[in-house]
Amino acid sequence: MENNTLFRFLLISLALLATTAMTAQDDLLDMLEGEEKETTNYTIATFKTTKVINGHSIETNAEGVLMFIVGHRFGRVSGGLNEFIGLDNATIRLGFEYGITDRLDIGIGRSSFEKTYDGFLKYKLLRQSSGAKTMPLTLTGLATTAIKSNKFQEPGRENYFTSRMYYSFSLLAARKFNKNFSMQLSPMLVHRNLVETLADQNDVFVVGLGARYKLSGSLAVNAEYHYIVPGGIESQLYGEDVRNALSLGVDIETGGHVFQIHLTNSRGMIEKLFATETTGSWLEGDFHIGFNITRVFTVYDKHKKKRKNG
Amino acid sequence: MKNLLILIVFSTFFSFSADAQKFFTRDGHISFFSSTPIEDIQADNHQVSSILNAENGEIVFSVLMKGFEFEKALMEEHFNEKYVHSDEYPKTTFKGQINNWDEIDLKTDGVVEVLVSGILSMHGVEKEITQTGQLTIADGVVTEAISTFDIVPEEYDVKIPSIVRENIAEKVQVTVTMNYELYGK
Repeated sequence: MENNTLFRFLLISLALLATTAMTAQDDLLDMLEGEEKETTNYTIATFKTTKVINGHSIETNAEGVLMFIVGHRFGRVSGGLNEFIGLDNATIRLGFEYGITDRLDIGIGRSSFEKTYDGFLKYKLLRQSSGAKTMPLTLTGLATTAIKSNKFQEPGRENYFTSRMYYSFSLLAARKFNKNFSMQLSPMLVHRNLVETLADQNDVFVVGLGARYKLSGSLAVNAEYHYIVPGGIESQLYGEDVRNALSLGVDIETGGHVFQIHLTNSRGMIEKLFATETTGSWLEGDFHIGFNITRVFTVYDKHKKKRKNG
Repeated sequence: MKNLLILIVFSTFFSFSADAQKFFTRDGHISFFSSTPIEDIQADNHQVSSILNAENGEIVFSVLMKGFEFEKALMEEHFNEKYVHSDEYPKTTFKGQINNWDEIDLKTDGVVEVLVSGILSMHGVEKEITQTGQLTIADGVVTEAISTFDIVPEEYDVKIPSIVRENIAEKVQVTVTMNYELYGK
């Protein structure tokens, strides 16, 4: 009897010990995860590069990164074989962008069209994130300026330098809905110091819409539309109506390069040109083949100090 | 008989209290290094957490993949977005056992060689690995654990596009350095 009790007790305590040891073992990884502080997971790569097609995306260059961007827009495809579907002509923009911090970006550029210099400031106000801090979208502020430097059309009258200047202010709001699909909405104000006629407004409101869908790790398709809110632009440009800009394209990414190849009815690559001076009609074949090529250089490695100290 | 019973109860209880000792860190360091004739790539992660259970030599690691910092921001983006898919697989974990734990005496200060085997779970793939490492013991506490070993990304279904194939080594050297503290202190 005594032996039986002891045996039973032994068995129970053994079983108890075994289960406790087993749960302790299973729980070590859970225990570790319980100890970890919840981190904020910031969304990356909403768009492949700092441009959707013509317009800026919410992306900025990381701190210490210099980007060189070459943009080409060939002539109109409607020029036919005689113009080699537009490839005989091209307007070019060369630009540099630099990330002062992970959120603050600056850039300069020069377009061959109307010999225009441009500059911009871009700042990420909000970053889409999940985890400890949750934010549904990324919000980037963009201010640009452009200076036309070709000869004044009427040299006889008194011309002011300020007449050459244009500004734009945009709020870019984007959300990466899943790993492949991102969308951007960008209300914009374009200010023109000098306009053609009294009927034209100095301030034009434009609403931009952009989207990208990733087909594979290195390939994505993009679309972009800039809608001009009626009332701002009345006069024609070079004898043609000003239209909303529609662009379709693909992004191809290699190591440090992104190639963007697209079709667009806009000839310009800066805000005042594509948002308020697009005249091509898609239906009449007045669109352009174009590309942007970007190359990034890490000028300054912000992690270097940390790495040296181990 | 009663004495034996008391002894069992006592020893069971005692063994429980002794088992509570664990060594812990949440800012451990893991780096990896890829070397090819074209370029060397290094990434550092200082957000690695780990527990070593002194009771049985069990050891676990948890690595936040977005915690890897690269020299070039674009590499970091490609690593997370295109190679290890950090949004889908945010953490890499290892759950293993120090095989020769029974031979290790925590009362003797010094550096001891260990053999660790267990399951490395990365990018949705689980693989059994066995690696050597070293533990530093001081005042009855494991203060440091280090290990260096190679990982073949392909084995974890991490596909490197052909266009950058030449830039990234087939074997990546991983260095683990954990500075432990007594858990609960």
